[in-house]
This record gives sequence, C-alpha cells and structure tokens, in this order.
Amino acid sequence: MSDDIVREFLVESSENLDLLDRELINLEKDPGNRGTLASIFRTIHTIKGTCGFLGFTKLESVAHVGENLLSKLRDGELALNPEMTTALLAMVDAIRQMLASVEAVGNEGERNDQELIQTLTRLLQGSAALAAPAPKSEAAAPAAASPVAPAAAAPLEPIAVSPAVSIAPPLAELPVTPAPVAPAPLADAAPKSEPKPDHAAEHAAGHGPAAPASESAAQSQARTAASESSIRVDVTLLDKLMNLVGELVLARNQILQFSNATEDAGLLAPSQRLNLITTELQEGVMKTRMQPIGNIWSKFPRTVRDVATMCGKQVRIEMEGKETELDKTIVEAIKDPLTHIVRNSVDHGIEKPERRVAVGKPAEGRLLLRAYHEGGQVIIEISDDGGGLDADKIRRKAVEKGLITPEQAARMGEREGVNLIFLPGFSTAEKVTNVSGRGVGMDVVKTNIEKIGGTVDVQSKAGTGTTVRMKIPLTLAIIPALIVTSGGERYAIPQISLLELVRLDGEDAQKGIELIQGVPVHRLRGRLLPLVYLNRELKVEDEAPDLSKLPAVNIVVLQADERQFGLVVDEINDTEEIVVKPLGKQLKGIKTFAGSTIMGDGRVALILDVLGVAQTSNVISENRARAVVEKDAESAALHGERQTLLLFAGPDDAHMAVPLDRVGRLEEFPIASVERAGNQEVVQYRGEILPLLFLSEVMEERRNRTRHAPSPAKSPTIDRLQGIVYSGDGKRVGLVIDRILDIVDETIQVKAPPSRFGVLYTTVIDGRVTELLDMPTLLRVFEQNRASKSQRERVEV
Amino acid sequence: MTGTRQLCTFHVVDGYFGIPVEQVQEVVRPQPITPVPLAPRVVRGLINLRGQILTAIDLRFRLGLGEPRDTANLMNVVVRTDDSPVSFLVDEIGEVLNVDDTTFELPPETLQGSMRELIDCAYKLEGRLLLGLSTQRTINLTETASQNQDQH
Repeated sequence: MSDDIVREFLVESSENLDLLDRELINLEKDPGNRGTLASIFRTIHTIKGTCGFLGFTKLESVAHVGENLLSKLRDGELALNPEMTTALLAMVDAIRQMLASVEAVGNEGERNDQELIQTLTRLLQGSAALAAPAPKSEAAAPAAASPVAPAAAAPLEPIAVSPAVSIAPPLAELPVTPAPVAPAPLADAAPKSEPKPDHAAEHAAGHGPAAPASESAAQSQARTAASESSIRVDVTLLDKLMNLVGELVLARNQILQFSNATEDAGLLAPSQRLNLITTELQEGVMKTRMQPIGNIWSKFPRTVRDVATMCGKQVRIEMEGKETELDKTIVEAIKDPLTHIVRNSVDHGIEKPERRVAVGKPAEGRLLLRAYHEGGQVIIEISDDGGGLDADKIRRKAVEKGLITPEQAARMGEREGVNLIFLPGFSTAEKVTNVSGRGVGMDVVKTNIEKIGGTVDVQSKAGTGTTVRMKIPLTLAIIPALIVTSGGERYAIPQISLLELVRLDGEDAQKGIELIQGVPVHRLRGRLLPLVYLNRELKVEDEAPDLSKLPAVNIVVLQADERQFGLVVDEINDTEEIVVKPLGKQLKGIKTFAGSTIMGDGRVALILDVLGVAQTSNVISENRARAVVEKDAESAALHGERQTLLLFAGPDDAHMAVPLDRVGRLEEFPIASVERAGNQEVVQYRGEILPLLFLSEVMEERRNRTRHAPSPAKSPTIDRLQGIVYSGDGKRVGLVIDRILDIVDETIQVKAPPSRFGVLYTTVIDGRVTELLDMPTLLRVFEQNRASKSQRERVEV
Repeated sequence: MTGTRQLCTFHVVDGYFGIPVEQVQEVVRPQPITPVPLAPRVVRGLINLRGQILTAIDLRFRLGLGEPRDTANLMNVVVRTDDSPVSFLVDEIGEVLNVDDTTFELPPETLQGSMRELIDCAYKLEGRLLLGLSTQRTINLTETASQNQDQH
C-alpha cells in the first residue's frame, strides 16, 4: 500500500476533524440546524469509510458508533443534548489522537476506547427501540477491514451502511492480482474513494432536509486539498502573478540589455542576480499552475465501472504515470475528450465476457491509461485489449456517408482507415447506445485536442485492441514560438505547428515558386507545397510581391491539420518563449490570430493561429474531409504518379533516370582507384567494397561489346568515373554513368513501353526521351552475370 | 432628486465628451500601438499596459468624426469593461468635472450616425455642451461597428 494514500488520508482527515470541531460547536448553539448536522454526518462517514479501506479498525469502530448516533440525530429520532456533544467531541479527539499515532508510528497505537464507545452506544440506545435491525457490517466492509466486535455488535442503521455497500462492488471487481497482502488492492481502490462524498451527498439529499449543493461541493473540494502544508489559492490570483512575472521578465531583459551596454561592474552583478531570480520565479509561478493528470483520471474507475455494468462487461482499469503534470487549463480542456474516449473504449472497444472467452482472452477486459513526458510534450495513451477497429467497415461507412470517395477508400491503408473516425460527421454511431454516440463524436475530441495545440491519432489491430494516443503541450501559458516579420510588424507562430524553414536566395527565389493557375506553390523535396503570402492574408499588402525584385523568399513550412503549407513572410527573426494572452472580445472573431504576446521591447505582437490561417487561405477546407486531401496526395505518390528522379546521361548519351530515393550519393571514382576483385571491378568506398555496374555491360545492346567499353575508353582524357551509389535489396552498387544531368520532380504522364531490356518505361522529361531504368532487374542480371562469369572462369581454369 | 456626478472629460476633434469617472481605470500618455490586421477599422491596435494587453479603439473614427490619424499623439483613456479593459484613443484629456444632474438632457433627435448611438445625454455647461458617452455601446463593436467597418 502506498504511503501516499495514508498521507492523503491523514491530511484530509485532519482538515475534516477541524471542521467537525467547529460544526459540533455550532450545532450545540443551534441544535435544529439540519444542514450542519448533515454536514457533520458526511464528514464522520467519510473518515469511517476511509479507515475501513485502510484497515484502521480501531479508528473505524470509534467513528462508526459516532456516525450511528449522528444519523439518529439527523433523522430527528434523537435530540442533541450537551452530553451527546461532549461525547461526540471526545470521539473527535480520540480520532485525532489515533491519527497522530498513525502519522508517527504507522498504526493507531495501543489504546482502549471501550468507554467512549460504550458512552456513545448508551446515548444511541436512548432510542434503541426505534433502531431497525441492520445488515451485518461485514457485508459492506471490504475484506481487508474486518470490523471489530463493538462495531459489529452495535445496531447498524441501514442508512449508514448503504453508501458503503454501493462502494464495495467496484472494490471487489478491482483485484489487480490475487493479493497476498490484504491492503494491496487498495492502491487501485484509492481513486474509488472519490465518489464517496457524492454518495453521502445524494444520501443526505434523499433523506430529510438536504444540505445545499454548494455545501457538498465545498466539502469534496476540501477533500482534494493536497497536503497539510498547502493552501488553496484562487486561480485568478495565480494568473495575475503570472502576468506580473511576465512583466518582470521584460523589465529584467531591458535591464540586462542596459547593463551589458554600459559594462558597469557594479550594475552587472546585481542584474545577473536579478536574471537568475526572475527565471526561478517564473518557473515557480508556472509550477503553481501544474496539476497531476491523476486528478482527472481518478474519476475514471467509476466511469468505467458504470459503463461496464451497463454494457454487461468486465473491465479492469490500470493507470501509469498518474503524477504526470500538466497546466491546469490543459487538464480542464482534456477532461471531456478523455472521458469520451474512455467511455468509447469500454462501450465499443472491449468485448463482452462470453466473446472474449470465445476468442481466448481473459473474460475481464483491460483498459490502460498511460501518461508520460516526451520532448516537451505530454503523451497520453488510452489502450484497450478489445476487438480493435475494423478498418474496412470504417472505410465503407465513410464512403456511405459521402465523407470520402470509394477511390480514396480503396487507396487507404489500415492506419489511415481507422483514423477516419475523426472525420466530422462520421461518428453518429451505427447503433446509438446509452453510453456513447450521444452526439459528441470523435471529431469533437479531435477538435478540442487541437484547440489546445495537441494532436490525437488512433492505432488499432483487429482482434487485439485499440490505442488512442494524444500529444498535449505542457502548458498554454508559455509556448515556444517563431517570430517573423510581415508588413513591418512582428508575428509569433507557435513552434508546435512549425516543420521547417526554407530560404530561397537570388535566382532560386524566382525559380522556386511556380504558379498553378495563379496559385503559388513551391516544390519541397518533390512535393508541391501550397504557398500563402502572410502579407496578403493580413491584407497589409494586396499583391503578391514581385518575386524578381526580392533578394530572397522566406518560407515557413507549417502543418495544420495534417496538411502542410508554406507561409511566405518578409523576415524570419528568431524563436522565443512567449507568454500567451487572449485577445479582447472586440477581436475574438478574427480567426487568423490565436492571441497576443508582449515582446522583449515591451511592444505587443500578435500570435498567428496556424489552423485559422490555413482555413482563411483555403489551404484546408473548413470542415469536410479535411484529412482526405493529404491522403490523396500521399497515395498518389505511392502509386508512382509523382517521383523525384535523378536524371543522367548513360552510354551513347542516352538520357536515363532512377528514383532519387534509392540514390545514396553521387561520387566520382578516379580510374586509378578501380580495382579488380576476381572478375569484378570494385572500388573501396567508405570502408566497404563497392562493386561497379557498368550500364553498358548489362544493358542489352551493349552486351556484346567489351567490358571495358565505358566512357574512359571513349574519351581517354577522362580520368574519373561518374558514379551513382545505388542501394537496392540491401546491396549497394556503384552505377557508372556518363554524367549527371539534373534532379527533377516529375509527374509521369507520357509513358511508352520499354525500349529495351532493363528499362521500366520511357517517358519525356525536359523535352528528351528518357529511359527509366528497371534497377531491380538490372541488379539481378548483374548478379547472375557475376555468378556465371565466375563459374565460367572456374571452368576455364 | 438632484445630484452631481463626476465625469472624466476629453476632446475628440471638436467634440467634448465625458464618461463617468468610476468607469475609467486610468489615463495613459500615448503608447506604442501594434496594429491588428483584419480587425474592424475602429480598432487601432493593441497596447501593453504593464503587462496587460488592451484593445485600443479610435474614438475619432468610432464617433464618425473623421479619418483616424497618426496614433503617436493620442492619449489613452483606459475604461473598465466586463471583459478586459479597453483603451479609448482621444485627442486631448480634459479635466474631471462635477456635473449637476439638472444640466442633463437627452441628445436631440436630429443627431445622426454613430454619434446618435453612442451618446447617452448632453450636459449643458456654461458656454459649451459636454456629451456623455456610453462606454458599453462604444466598446461593443459587434452590432454597431458593422457600418463603420469595410467602408473602405
């Protein structure tokens, strides 16, 4: 059992006891106040319940009789008299002493509370005739905490027991392993204790005068307080502190600049200290806003249990990385999406016990929540070991709903297929169940996660389960951003959307940007990147800049919603950590901006909303099938429609091409370095022996010529061989060619059948008929030739 | 039921305006303003007030008193709102005046345009009129600003 649980219990109980003291006193002054009575009852009930879970039986027995007495008082069967108040206060003291002992030595200590218990029992039995026979407390209490005699002997109110009963089943269902040590299941059960206040509150509401809802809310808040040494602080105060620290950082920067400029040693030392302190202060204030993700996870065991019970399933929930911390606003923002996914997993993911057993899985399903830090982000995974998603079915459904075309569906892989569930309009579930399919679809989950700068995707393997993976930024308050200039003003671009920076200088600036029907694009490693001119988007400049006049073009390659685009800006400045501030309501409607920030010089800069820019510039359409476009492009690439080719001149000046992605390097080999190994020309290349493939040798028409026919022979002035280091089938060869011509991105349109052996097809590139080499075949023939030659030679020998 | 109220006054072009002092957070000398592209034209931009970012509304344009001019000399009247504070850009700051409720009169029906919308009342001071501005309506751009926006 973790010490943390005990510590939390201690802290929470001591808070509760203080509250009890006050309330009992108040109650004595105003015995008729049922709200106070109900509150006292709940508090005692909570302490008792937790004692039971943690196995503090002496504590439990004392609290138990006290609770019974209080329940009578609350139900109006007894009237409070001073003797009772005294006894109850004595009980509070006894509990406090025992808790102190638990804190000091780990158990309740040797003590005899029989007298107190008897007093309380006697007071209780003042109305014994009214007490109904109660179920035995053993039925309610978890096995770990077998109640001691006095508790069992005391007549129990059914009322008092019922909440405990309703809590017990989840405990029973949550054994991690057959636990040899009784308290072991408690580690899992601990979050379970959370629903208790609710129970108590419901309970109180059901009987007699209800405590005001706000009061019970305040109560449960009191319970979640972190530790004895902690205080509760208003978040707005923290926000204010955050603001002030931001200001301090700016002032610090200015002072640092000044002190560096003046080189005054007297100023330098304190300003350095100011620097350190400010940084630490900033970190400290940031930390105050961090919360463990366990805070929201703690509700999930209950959620899972409810959903599972409703669907007739058995589900065990496991958590890893509960202590992973996130900014409070983010924790709030991911609560609903997470809950939705958890519900979905239980409802749709995990199969019914019969089915699980039939396919050879344990009847009990497993839901694993994991959270961990990775690269400045927090990764949250929700995995189930259920039936997995059926990519075919999802594709079919997406086609039915008109979200994608059948052609798109046909081209999609498994992974793309399952991620279709995030498309808007997809998840109006086939079978609307009570649990999920209530209109909050996975697209809402995706939108909400993306709103806070996160990403989400799903991986699934049919039959073995589904994992939903979210990447969440640590905080929204301070983010790394790229500062750019456009139209004379600075703008911040959140780094999370940033892929790379491209700068086209001089001639490249004119060549690198092409127009498709007036729409500018840039070829980035063989893919067309749509370009968006920030100046034009912001309407600070109407026309696209005259490229021929610009010395350089700066392209910020951004990712929005799985779509890439290039944002052309005037200048790229630097990256900075910026403090995000919201825009006033007069400006909320502008989609292009996500907020504002204050730069080092004290001036305000706007933060671009990359998704918003992409939408307003039509890089992505607002709603429908946003992911599909990209998928289209991808599958087109897969189908070899677009390729990046290395163009070269082969024997007899024939234009030839090979796919660039197979080319390791372009090399020049001095003729002198060519050696012979057996019957094979080789060169030493980066510590390995690279066989040389002379195209003239393997290609059909040249076969009959001499082996040493390549270029050097033809032009004896050349003392170097041009080579392409080509990798295929795990082997590398040096492809000897005449000369390198170009690297082109080509959408192959004209295709003609192969002109000769070793050619895949011929096409027209740059106005020349070009042969696309069938390298696998050539390599095979090359290998065979070697083998047969060596055989022949052996025979000859 | 006569009484007095305190108005913070300021000048915009040839107009003399006032808003209740309790709505004014402070008056600030001219600040560097970061323009917000795509924003309604009455929004001149954002200013940094001790770490708080405020939206600056050009009253000259908001009131339909002429084209906005260089912001370098405009004073900021920072007013409290339900949201974050907003700065009104004005030409010149006047004094804080105690005005008598008896001098109060509704603006004439003949007053037109955005002025009509934004002026609550006119105070008849000696020798001049002081127009009481509604901060609520002035900062609310969604309904009234549409006509000011996109004119050009």
